Amino acid sequence: MAVASIQVSETPLVLYVLRRADDALILGHRLSEWCGHAPMLEEDMALANMGLDLLGQARELYTYAAKVEGKGNDEDKFAYLRDVRQYRNLLLMEQPNGDFARTMVRQFFYSAFADLYWRAMMKSSDATLAAIAAKSEKESAYHLRHSSEWIVRLGDGTAESHARAQAAIDELWAFTGEMFAVDDGERGLIDAGVAIDPAGLRQQWLKTVTGVVAEATLVLPKSDWMQQGGRAGRHSEHLGHLLSELQSLQRSFPGATW
Amino acid sequence: MVTAALSETDLRQRAWDAASRVVDPEIPVLTIADLGVLREVTVSEDGVEVEITPTYSGCPAMNMIALEIELALEREGFSRPKIRTVLSPAWTTDWMSEDGRRKLKEYGIAPPQAAGSRRALFGVQEVACPQCGSANTELLSEFGSTSCKALWRCKACREPFDYFKCH
Repeated sequence: MAVASIQVSETPLVLYVLRRADDALILGHRLSEWCGHAPMLEEDMALANMGLDLLGQARELYTYAAKVEGKGNDEDKFAYLRDVRQYRNLLLMEQPNGDFARTMVRQFFYSAFADLYWRAMMKSSDATLAAIAAKSEKESAYHLRHSSEWIVRLGDGTAESHARAQAAIDELWAFTGEMFAVDDGERGLIDAGVAIDPAGLRQQWLKTVTGVVAEATLVLPKSDWMQQGGRAGRHSEHLGHLLSELQSLQRSFPGATW
Repeated sequence: MVTAALSETDLRQRAWDAASRVVDPEIPVLTIADLGVLREVTVSEDGVEVEITPTYSGCPAMNMIALEIELALEREGFSRPKIRTVLSPAWTTDWMSEDGRRKLKEYGIAPPQAAGSRRALFGVQEVACPQCGSANTELLSEFGSTSCKALWRCKACREPFDYFKCH
C-alpha cells in the first residue's frame, strides 16, 4: 500500500532551507550510487565520503526546516514523503552520474559554488543557518579541491579522458545558471540578512572555474542560455527515477523502522 | 540524583569525567574529550545535559557516541541524561588536545597539521609518517576509511597510513 505525500507549508524561510537541503540530499544520493562502482577503490571511498558530508548537511537543514515550519514534519518525512514536484533542488544535482568525468564536472561546478556560498552564509543573521554554514564550508572546500584535481587530471590526461571531460562540461554548463538565480521570496530573506545574494558570488565562481578549466586544457561553452526550474519543482525526468529508489522502502512499507 | 550531599560543582565534575571517558568508536584510542567533540556538561535541577559537536556533518559515529555518553552517565547514577548536538562554533582540528595528537600518532595515524593552506586549491601538504617520521610521503587519496581521514603513503618505509584531515 502506498503512502500519501506530506503537505509542506512553504513560507519563504522554510522554502529557502528546503531548497538547500534538497540540493545536498539529491547530490549526496547521486554520489552514493557510485558505491561499489567507482573506477578505483580510493575514488569509491572519496565519492561515498562526499556523499556522506552532503547527507549530513541535508539532515541538519531538513531538521531546521521542520523546526521553522512547526507542523510536525521531520527530516525523514521531508526526504521520503514528498513527491517529485515538491522537491526544490537545482537541476544540476539530479543529472545522472554518467561516466566518472561527468560526475566530477557536476561536483566541480557545484563545489566551486558551495564553497563560496557557505562561506558567505556564515554571516547570516539566522544563527542556525550560520552554524550549518560554518560546518559546510569546510567540507565544500575539500570537495572543491578533490574535484578540481580530477578536472585537471582528466582534461590534461589522455585524448579519451579529455574528450569525456569536455563533453561533460558542454552538457552540464546550462545547469549552472540556476545556482545564481533568486526569486521574490528569497529577495526578502536577502534584504533581511538571512540569506546572501548569490549573484554576488558569480564573478568569483567564474574565476575559479575558468582557472581550473584552463589548466585542464578544456574550454567553457560560449552559450549563456541557462536551464532553470528545479527551485520551483519543475524537474528533469531523472529526479522521479532517483526518488523512486530513494523512497521505495517508506512508500511500500509506511513507517518502517529497524 | 546521586546523593544530596554532593554539590552541583562536584556533580558536574563527576558527569564530565564519565562523559569524557567515552571513546570515538572509529578511533578507539581517542576519547571524545581528546577529540574536542565533548563541548559542555551542565548539571541542574532538570538533570544532566551534555553538548557534543560533530567533526564532519555526516559523521556516522555521532549516534553511537551519544548513546555511549548516555550509558556512561547512567552508570554513574545520572538518570535520563540529555545529549544535545551543537554546530556552533564549528569543530576544527584545533579543538583536538595535545594529548590527543600524541595518542593519534602512537596509534599510527598522522595528526592534523596547522590549517594554514587549507584553501589552497592545489595546495602542497607535508605530512610526516607516523611510523618512521620521514617527511618523504605522498597523498594516495583525499578520502580515507572514515570522514575525518585521508590516505597517505610513506616513501621511506613504504607503509601506507591514515592522516587525520585538517579542517
